[in-house]
Amino acid sequence: MTNAWTDIKNTDLVIVMGGNAAEAHPCGFKWVTEAKAHRGAKLIVVDPRYTRTASVADYYAPIRQGTDIAFLNGVMKYCIENNKVQWEYMRAFTNAAYIVKDGFAYKDGLFTGYDPEKRDYDRDSWDYVIGEDGFVTSDPTLQHPRCVWNLLKEHLAPYTPEMVERICGTPKDKFLKVAEMISECSTPTKTMTSMYALGWTQHSHGSQNIRAMAMLQLILGNIGVRGGGMNALRGHSNIQGLTDLGLMSHLLTGYLTMPSEKDTDFETYMSSRQFKPLVPGQTSYWQNYRKFMVSFQKAMWGDKARADNDWGFNYISKLDVPAYDVLRMFELMYQGKVNGYLCQGFNPVLAFPNRAKITEGLSKLKFLITMDPLETETARFWENHGDFNDVDTASIQTEVFQLPTTCFAEEEGSLTNSGRWLQWHWAGGTPPAEAKHDTYIIAQIFLRMRELYKKEGGAFPDPVLDLSWDYADPNEPTPEELAKEINGRALSDVMDPTDPTKVQVAAGKQVVNFSQLRDDGSTMCGCWIYSGNFNEQGNNMARRDNHDPDDTGAYLGWTFAWPLNRRTLYNRASADLQGKPWDPTRKIIEWDGTKWSGYDVPDISPTAKPGEVGPFIMNQEGTARLFTRGMMRDGPFPAHMEPFESPVANVFNPKMRGNPVSRVFETDAAQLGLSDEFPYAGTSYRLTEHFHYWTKHNRVNSALQPEFFVEISVELAEEKGIENGSWVRVWSKRGSIKAKAVVTKRIRPLICDGKPVHIVGVPLHWGFTGSAKKGFGPNSLAAFVGDANIDTPESKAFLVNIEPSTAPKDKELVS
Amino acid sequence: MPDVERVQPGDDIHVERGEISVNRYGPAARVNHWITAASLILLAVSGLALFYPSLFFLTGLFGGGQNTRALHPYFGVVLFISFFVFFLQLWRANLPTRTDVKWVSQINDVVAGREEKLPEVGKYNAGQKFIFWSMAFFILVLIVTGVMVWQAYFAPYVPIETQRIALLVHAISAVLIICVFILHVYAAIWTRGTLRAMTRGTVTGGWAFRHHRKWFRELASRRRVDPAE
Amino acid sequence: MMDSPKTAVSNPPVQPMDSNLGERDLVRRSATSDLPPPERQLTAVAKLIDVSKCIGCKACQSACVEWNDTHPAIGENVGVYTNPHDLTEDMFTLMRFSEWINPETDNLEWLIRKDGCMHCADPGCLKACPAPGAIVQYSNGIVDFIHENCIGCGYCVKGCPFNIPRISKADHRAYKCTLCSDRVAVGQGPACAKACPTQAIVFGTKDDMKKHADERIADLKSRGYANAGLYDPPGVGGTHVMYVLHHNDKPHIYSDLPDDPKISGVVQAWKGATKYVGLATMGVLAVGAALHGVFGKPNRVTAEDDEGAEKLVTNKTGTPEERV
Repeated sequence: MTNAWTDIKNTDLVIVMGGNAAEAHPCGFKWVTEAKAHRGAKLIVVDPRYTRTASVADYYAPIRQGTDIAFLNGVMKYCIENNKVQWEYMRAFTNAAYIVKDGFAYKDGLFTGYDPEKRDYDRDSWDYVIGEDGFVTSDPTLQHPRCVWNLLKEHLAPYTPEMVERICGTPKDKFLKVAEMISECSTPTKTMTSMYALGWTQHSHGSQNIRAMAMLQLILGNIGVRGGGMNALRGHSNIQGLTDLGLMSHLLTGYLTMPSEKDTDFETYMSSRQFKPLVPGQTSYWQNYRKFMVSFQKAMWGDKARADNDWGFNYISKLDVPAYDVLRMFELMYQGKVNGYLCQGFNPVLAFPNRAKITEGLSKLKFLITMDPLETETARFWENHGDFNDVDTASIQTEVFQLPTTCFAEEEGSLTNSGRWLQWHWAGGTPPAEAKHDTYIIAQIFLRMRELYKKEGGAFPDPVLDLSWDYADPNEPTPEELAKEINGRALSDVMDPTDPTKVQVAAGKQVVNFSQLRDDGSTMCGCWIYSGNFNEQGNNMARRDNHDPDDTGAYLGWTFAWPLNRRTLYNRASADLQGKPWDPTRKIIEWDGTKWSGYDVPDISPTAKPGEVGPFIMNQEGTARLFTRGMMRDGPFPAHMEPFESPVANVFNPKMRGNPVSRVFETDAAQLGLSDEFPYAGTSYRLTEHFHYWTKHNRVNSALQPEFFVEISVELAEEKGIENGSWVRVWSKRGSIKAKAVVTKRIRPLICDGKPVHIVGVPLHWGFTGSAKKGFGPNSLAAFVGDANIDTPESKAFLVNIEPSTAPKDKELVS
Repeated sequence: MPDVERVQPGDDIHVERGEISVNRYGPAARVNHWITAASLILLAVSGLALFYPSLFFLTGLFGGGQNTRALHPYFGVVLFISFFVFFLQLWRANLPTRTDVKWVSQINDVVAGREEKLPEVGKYNAGQKFIFWSMAFFILVLIVTGVMVWQAYFAPYVPIETQRIALLVHAISAVLIICVFILHVYAAIWTRGTLRAMTRGTVTGGWAFRHHRKWFRELASRRRVDPAE
Repeated sequence: MMDSPKTAVSNPPVQPMDSNLGERDLVRRSATSDLPPPERQLTAVAKLIDVSKCIGCKACQSACVEWNDTHPAIGENVGVYTNPHDLTEDMFTLMRFSEWINPETDNLEWLIRKDGCMHCADPGCLKACPAPGAIVQYSNGIVDFIHENCIGCGYCVKGCPFNIPRISKADHRAYKCTLCSDRVAVGQGPACAKACPTQAIVFGTKDDMKKHADERIADLKSRGYANAGLYDPPGVGGTHVMYVLHHNDKPHIYSDLPDDPKISGVVQAWKGATKYVGLATMGVLAVGAALHGVFGKPNRVTAEDDEGAEKLVTNKTGTPEERV
């Protein structure tokens, strides 16, 4: 989230698209009801299904899953054509005026430079024209035919309301009503907030879905302001923390990136990361990359990370591929190339697509370690449960170790919510039986492995042997110790840069925040963006001051938000070029002639003059990008792409399937279904009664939503002779499931490109362990393909067929 | 209206040491009567306890409200079955006759005990027949409505509006059957010599002669017809 | 002594405290005619359920189960989101879902109503209840079932205009929402209101709740719901659980919420006239019989009757004889 949950109450219009906040985030959704009740805010829902969110919406428009880009491009086109643009904001704070290289173009659904063999673009032409001074060339009048703004208008031209209806199935009048409501937020005094979740991310073009809305928000002047922003509603209570701390194969902590094979030494690595400003006088915050990186390396290896060994740069493994994401790992497992898998707090058998492939992959492991408070399907993947898990146990040789862990209520620590708040919590209960904290288990594995390396050596044991493990009890680091390590401290006296005779931070003291980090090895910091969470003032994440001066929703005294306790990112953009708030009633910060101050921590140097430094300081340009240059693999503008499995051909290029640059493994390409055999558009989602695959273990949740089902329209049910509440079989090219049919008016067939598209909704909460009735999930059906940029699986759009059926059989009944 | 079958199997006249006694009810019938009577009394007591808050204390007789609630419908089932047996035995003898019309038209003489002015009646007079048929009717209504509101087994399957009507009908029927019961008991007491019909099973010849002369004659004539028995 | 709590949102008192709801606060007690008047009048409380804010998340159901420590069965899917499929003795409150096409707009509206006891000012259950003290009404408006006095007859089910109470098959006692009388008694609001993420369920004094409802209704009217209104049905004297409905002109579209609930005339007749007329009838008859018995002379067998009998038997048979 650029903003915070509590900030949503400040909005005038909530658009929930690519998510179902009321269903999946009921507690956070309270801020939507606050905005509605106290500001008269309106709520729009655009979704293939009439959801629980839609039930309290002011306006609902249906859309075919996977066509959000066309819809949003249509809205952008509508806003531009109807002069519903926050012009001043857009001109000053985006790259609209920059001139783009001549080679760049878009034709037949593809951008310049496509290589079908490599499934990749040559992105050289996707860039600005850089002047001799090293800075971008621009035309602030927006007259230049090659400026971003004019290229954007050209790019959006095909997305007429008729085209939107043709692609998305959204009736033209409904689309226009939504576009009109959105366009009203282009005035400086009206804002819209976008709330989205996995309905946008779980597509082969998920990143572009989000980009499209971000661009719309920029055109409307809604980024950085109160009640605005791009608000990703995270799917777990701590999934924001997962990415922040770099639990992804291509990331280190704080969005520092893993080196690749090309980064042969530290300087090479740094050269592509310390972005130089593209605009004179601009702050480009990544210029500080080296400080964060060196402090991170010091946190990892302490004294063993020295200037003369590039701060242990060679202790960090180098990626030979863009990422070892989950899909790739399971592909490798499937190919028999993985020996062991440590599966911590993850249930891939249910959570990842093409369950048959996942199970087969796990079956080829030598060993599987699961760490979970609950009995997961992954831990029991080898166990036959009749139709529910039809495996041949005897043929599976994988040795499985189940390590019971504690659940959140039994441990102390912090969770990072969608709004980037690090909220400390305390243990509410004692762990049952043999359950151990994850920290204990990981420490034990590490200590034993280090012992083995000490004893037996190996090709390169140094990264393990030298790892800094400076905890009072090495067997179990405490949450506080870890939090302090993440915050960082001075390893030797850190001098004040403005007065080198003065000690800024004495050796051994916690740094106040990342502004005190150094690249000379005098500081360490586990995760720079979190720095400030636990400094000499104490545990800032444990703060519980709920005062909110002037009711802005900032709550600066409540816990700690990264970065620097800032609640709204890019909040400099909430003020105009003179530094005055666009909307005085919604002030966040203000320039008083000498400094920035206000209700939130300014997202800019407090003394940066308003006319001189652009608000988007994490970008080299200082502006937000309507045109992303070559930074996204699938295009600098969002272009309509169909899902890999779609009932409708891409109207721009009927031969194009899915995202042209998404990675597709060979066996998976053969397992993609076509609409003649699988005519219906399947999608997956959550239900409010359950939380992922956890709460089916809880009797109360199970009573409230006891049994797996799929949802279909009355029309499809009639066509197929399916009774409400009866058993159906749903199958895709990859798997088959049985479910109860919920026949509902909340799903209606959509007319896309002249033909009806029926939607089959598959909720995801059931499996073969727990107290709820045994069932299946959508991932038995979904395709093993992912987003072109981040490899998030395309679980929200796949093709299925459906027929009336009989109840599935459990093992007891078949044996 | 024909006069049919006034005599029941087992009815007979005995003369013992000069005393005439007439068999009116066999042992099984008497036991059944008292089962019926007992269940009706238990039903009335438990029912009244559940109907009138001021009589709720009577639930103490059954071991409290829960037990009273649980037992009441079972009493009802017992009553229904025992009365049903009765019904099979007696319904023919209780079919109305022309005599009954006359008997009823002289109800003043009935109440005043001026039996000599009344026509001769068979085993049952119109009053007894009224008791019989109203009992039969109300017991049927009570069992049907009672089952409808029998919470433990049947009520959940009956629409609530139907149950409400059932409860109202049940209550009214209960009141009326208690009235019939009072009439029956009082008539049995007021008409001296009646009770022994249900204790010993016999009545005196005089009683039979006075109250059910036609029946008595029939029995007497039957003796003459078939003396060798 | 403290009065009822004003909201469910406020944090509960941290010190242990005695229950503030007791016998002395009763204004009605089932099957009890001689209830002494209450010593004090508590402020009337109410739970307001704003259907237009409700997202159907069932947190209220979950909180209700947790607080009351009930154990609803894990059932099956029968094609609806309403689970369990009806109120049960283990589920005192239930989100009922109905898919309604608004004939004026042709748009679907998914109407989600939290069903449960309405805590009527004139409670039909209490009227119907034959067990003294099994159902009570406190001066703050809460209608509560006192389980140790319940006999399990199910009359409350028939008395209720909203079809709320359920009788346990296990212990044969009636169960329903208590408005968390045990929480209210110690200064807390109902568990469901506490758990409701959107504050679609709010709790406080009935006056405050009506004021809050007015604001909500004004908001709904501004959004085009011309018939938005407060459901506080006068037929049962008003209720202490009220709804804000977008379509208050047709409550029945919300999963058969009664348009004009009142205690059924049949129940009134049953618990009223029948009782008195019945008593009178039985009394008159019994007294009549007694008087007849005392003042009239018994119908005795006379000597003539005996002679007549003897004559009849002798004449017919010749001589009296004994039969073996």
